[in-house]
Amino acid sequence: MVQPLPETFRETPSQTAGPYVHIGLIPQQAGFDIFETNFSNVVAGPDATGEPIRVEGRVFDGAGEPVRDVLIEVWQANAAGRYAHPADRQPGKEADPHFRGWGRTGSDFETGLWFFDTVKPGIVSGRHGRPMAPHLNLWIVARGINTGLQTRLYFSDEEAANAADPVLNLIEQKSRRQTLIARRETRDGRGVYVLDIHLQGEAETVFFDV
Amino acid sequence: METVTDDDHREFLQRDRGVHPPAFTPDYKTSVLRSPRRALLSLQNSLSEVTGPTFGHSEIGELDNDLIRNYAHDGQPIGERCIVHGRVRDENGRGIPQTLVEFWQANAGGRYRHRNDHYLAPIDPNFGGCGRTLTDAQGNYVFRTIKPGPYPWRNFLNSWRPAHIHFSVFGSGFAQRLITQMYFEGDPLIWRDPMVLGIPDRAAAERLIAPLDMNAAIPLDMLAYRFDITLRGRQSTVFENKLQGN
Ligand SMILES: [Fe+3]
Repeated sequence: MVQPLPETFRETPSQTAGPYVHIGLIPQQAGFDIFETNFSNVVAGPDATGEPIRVEGRVFDGAGEPVRDVLIEVWQANAAGRYAHPADRQPGKEADPHFRGWGRTGSDFETGLWFFDTVKPGIVSGRHGRPMAPHLNLWIVARGINTGLQTRLYFSDEEAANAADPVLNLIEQKSRRQTLIARRETRDGRGVYVLDIHLQGEAETVFFDV
Repeated sequence: METVTDDDHREFLQRDRGVHPPAFTPDYKTSVLRSPRRALLSLQNSLSEVTGPTFGHSEIGELDNDLIRNYAHDGQPIGERCIVHGRVRDENGRGIPQTLVEFWQANAGGRYRHRNDHYLAPIDPNFGGCGRTLTDAQGNYVFRTIKPGPYPWRNFLNSWRPAHIHFSVFGSGFAQRLITQMYFEGDPLIWRDPMVLGIPDRAAAERLIAPLDMNAAIPLDMLAYRFDITLRGRQSTVFENKLQGN
């Protein structure tokens, strides 16, 4: 006999968010008002430090149709590259009191378009101190998705940082790295980054087991 | 005082995919075109995964965890009053304090207050069907609601969802993010449901079924069900500071 290890538990199984996920997480999109405080797709308010940007796109299914009932959450570092979380102890990077770094949105029921208003994140120090290119962490749920999908969004105008990014470099087929890189456009003087996510097919997005 | 402890910068244990339904579950037809077919890319944790959003009491309204009252306009919602409570803990058994738990459900007739739900059963004018709360210092949560009804859905012609409540939970890091569903002990529809049957491990699926909890019932008022939620645990070895590289 040996000493028993401490008791452990197994993770609760995931189940799909279903078609009515909006009721619970963004009730206004379901068609009613119930909470005083609503969570939204504004990740950084007007007082946050950094370049204000919009990030937008659509999620496509295996038939090439936009998924019109998807819910996406974003988690990102601030313009200095620091997360609004006490475990982030990167030296020399200030927290921004006007920046939360988290938001959620539902795609439009007609067009499937989703967007976030935020500021562009800075470089975050990765494992062993290797810098990670500016990126957003995305979590995607919908009817038909059994376990939330984790992926990242990188920026097309960060070519040098992207080329050195330790996560992008893990993707063996170089062409698939492009599935994570949002294309920069300029609209009314503001940077808009567009990323289409493909759940399946030729252009299937790289999803992570984090 | 910080609610996040020193342990909260440790890496997460690898996710045990055997407890989750695979992406492609053809008996749940919508999954066919919405399931990634390539292997997920395994990623060692960085700050991007071990950190996550935090929530405060100022964001949660007083009635947010009371579905019996939070949308009541000119009366009470129809149906069986009940308490749902439990503990959010990690795989190591640690309670997860002050984490956001959100829940949503159909009304007693099986109808959702959602512009896309066109089921015959009526909307209940006094029932919204959603709520949220923060766990306490030990990871416990509680809310009051009306027991949801089963409802038909377009999958097979005669597909019915067992009565269920949807749950969304955060944990302390973004890699713990989880959405799941709670079912009620004794419901004969549970083992006919393609979402439940999509879970490859029967014992894991059983953990989604909340037992009746008579000790938490309120006599002459309402029954109670207990639903504990386990999120991923963190590695137990002392963290060597590789994550932030300094
Ligand atoms: Fe449902």
